[in-house]
Amino acid sequence: MDTDDIRVAVLLIEGTNNEGEVYLAFKRLGAEPEFVHLKQLMHEKDIFDYQCLMIPGGFSAGDYIRAGAIFAARMKSTLCKKLIEFAKNGYPVGGICNGFQVLVELGLLPAFDSVMSNYPQAALAINDSSRFECRPTLLKHESKGNCIFTKKIPYQEVVLMPSAHAEGKFLFPLEKKDEYLQYLIDNDQVVFRYVGPQGDYAGYPWNPNGSIHNIASICSPEGNVFGMMPHPERVFYGFTHPDWTRVHKENGDGKAVFESVLDYIRRKF
Amino acid sequence: MEADVTIILKKGVADPEGSNVKKALNLLGFDEVRKVQTMKTFRIDLATEDRGKAKKDIDEMCKKLLANPVIQTYRVEIR
Repeated sequence: MDTDDIRVAVLLIEGTNNEGEVYLAFKRLGAEPEFVHLKQLMHEKDIFDYQCLMIPGGFSAGDYIRAGAIFAARMKSTLCKKLIEFAKNGYPVGGICNGFQVLVELGLLPAFDSVMSNYPQAALAINDSSRFECRPTLLKHESKGNCIFTKKIPYQEVVLMPSAHAEGKFLFPLEKKDEYLQYLIDNDQVVFRYVGPQGDYAGYPWNPNGSIHNIASICSPEGNVFGMMPHPERVFYGFTHPDWTRVHKENGDGKAVFESVLDYIRRKF
Repeated sequence: MEADVTIILKKGVADPEGSNVKKALNLLGFDEVRKVQTMKTFRIDLATEDRGKAKKDIDEMCKKLLANPVIQTYRVEIR
């Protein structure tokens, strides 16, 4: 299908506040994004009117209970079957920051044994620093080709994308930590890991939250559901990089994420 | 009927907020503070007097929304 036929639903509820840049990222690349409130998908609109579902960042439902928990519970109670069908058919579902938290709470990630697990299999817990961590972060691309959102980023390339979150520490249940981490690696589900300036898997402050295995982003075993804590939409242009006056990059590192998913949709549908 | 539902981090899961509070209390001179754990309590008012049903409903609420079983457990106290 052509780029200008690709409709992207940028999903909102109360408290979502990063929708503008996600919308613009798709718009600038020639696709047809649209802001869609969750309640609209219950009545007047259908998820299958779109080829891509994006859950942007923010503080949905005030981050009450746990970040993303209320958004996820509401999605599950209203959209569950359609959402499973949507993901099963290979349509891309992306979550950035709060959106990643929603996908994990929903069970759409890491989704080891089915498209959507009944209960979460991972958590994005409070940062080790117990603070909101907000700064540029360096990420090493670790997907060997499974993730459809990052196909245009070379394997092991280090990119810069800003992080801004208080609950981003990726965790597995303690008793299953090693087993689950091995699944994640074996299934090529690890997409980005936090690194230091030498490309090493450094601790705080390079890993802003204390995530196991320095995980910043994962995808589903099929690669079409993707979540990341840092914000690719905030570095769409080179001039939004903090070192732009010295480096003068034309494209921001985040642009490739949106290009990759559009490229996938163009080929597949 | 009212119920207090307390969400508690599982044993072994880091509690950065608790550790920070402990540090602050120690700095204020409360040297005897050895550990601080944070937990969150929801006081839920239910339009039923059936304790069995209330307990069952609350279990469901915890599974569907209030607790993430990966890192949290919960305790229910019907008042």
